[in-house]
Amino acid sequence: MVAKEASANNQPSDPKALQAWRIAATVLDPEVPVLTIEDLGVLRHVEVAGETVSVVLTPTYSGCPAIDQMRDDVDTRLRQAGYKDVSVTYTLSPAWSTDWMTEDGKRKLKEYGIAPPNAKSSVLSGPIPITLGVKCPRCDSLMTEEISKFGSTACKALYRCRACEEPFDYFKVH
Amino acid sequence: MTQAKAESVVTDSEVHGDVSVDELKLADELLGTGRVASKEVAAYALRLGDDALILSQSLSWWVSRAPELEEDMALANITLDLLGHARAFLHFAGTASKKSEDDLAYWRDEHEFVNCWLVEQPGHDFAEMIARQFLFSAYQVGLYAALATSKDSSLAAIAAKSAREVRYHYDHAVQWVLRLGDGTEESRSRMIQALIDMWPYVDELFEDDDLTESLTGVAVLPSTLRPGFDEKVAAVLGEVDIEIPAGKPAKANGRQGIHTNQMGYILAEMQWLTRRHPEAKW
Repeated sequence: MVAKEASANNQPSDPKALQAWRIAATVLDPEVPVLTIEDLGVLRHVEVAGETVSVVLTPTYSGCPAIDQMRDDVDTRLRQAGYKDVSVTYTLSPAWSTDWMTEDGKRKLKEYGIAPPNAKSSVLSGPIPITLGVKCPRCDSLMTEEISKFGSTACKALYRCRACEEPFDYFKVH
Repeated sequence: MTQAKAESVVTDSEVHGDVSVDELKLADELLGTGRVASKEVAAYALRLGDDALILSQSLSWWVSRAPELEEDMALANITLDLLGHARAFLHFAGTASKKSEDDLAYWRDEHEFVNCWLVEQPGHDFAEMIARQFLFSAYQVGLYAALATSKDSSLAAIAAKSAREVRYHYDHAVQWVLRLGDGTEESRSRMIQALIDMWPYVDELFEDDDLTESLTGVAVLPSTLRPGFDEKVAAVLGEVDIEIPAGKPAKANGRQGIHTNQMGYILAEMQWLTRRHPEAKW
């Protein structure tokens, strides 16, 4: 699949929109509460026209139930900030990718105990994905093994470190 | 699978039995484009949506019944992905008839569902479920990769998103086919039997008809996906020295709304709650 040239940072240049963006960008992922929706690349677009703010989000995985929570949180946060008319919509295209995760987001993930995605998603373009060594977020060892490709949420896999013996979540390259 | 959104104000006038209903506002277009599907495109989207929905419902039977916790989580994740795909396709299909994804999922009867027979086959034996996942994911991997280049931008968007996810489903199923096929005598014989049992429902996936033939460049012509599917299946089964089943195809007719016995049970479980509490939203 050809990766679309969509970047992690879609911050608007219009000062009014940027102000609203910064407020929306404080919303956290309810499942990984150290990441903001900006870190995740879920916040795609913010526009302000008069008293109306339009925000566009993109879901991580198609079935991820967290997206509704994020939408409600964006809505609440903007209303609290004084915006009277808030609309939050979704887009599916371009499809979300971990390539959009900010470096800051990856650092926060690691500190939280989740191994961040360790490659660009184009690595997965083959018929059977190639798995690269995943570093243990606690002891940095590469002696880790996958327990399950599917972890506690759609975006994570379950790993175990054979050096420090701790299990950990890995945020899958997607 | 509601896409409705709870507002902060709860009205107590709308209470159905013990389900209290919030004041709801319909979410905006899931696809963000506000496009309306033509009748033909909607009919095609309905097939794709029904396949994903019924497989999701069938597979959800396994949640809490898998042999280990990790597998429970894996199957729950796959179920959720499929439900996400179904929601997007049904939402889009519904734009043609002004029906919501919930209308389509909960308020159609058996003869109105146009899913293929494979997804409604019982998979209450672990190997059978894996065989169903393996064959269907192998088909879907090719389908979504091709559909991602559809001339219809909504179908292309849903397919491009789903394509990334079904690769995990396929990989998951492949790992199990190899593990069971190469495991004990018992696991191997059950894996072989499961593949034989599911095989009659494979041909239906690749049948062209008037609808797919008329939607040139929009729909993927199913027959064009067969070579890629056969190649995948041969490569995986070859690794564990299992022969490709040779059973005759079933006279499957799911696209015309004709289904196997199992379908009634699936729908009963999926739809009873909504039908018991009409118009309840949660």
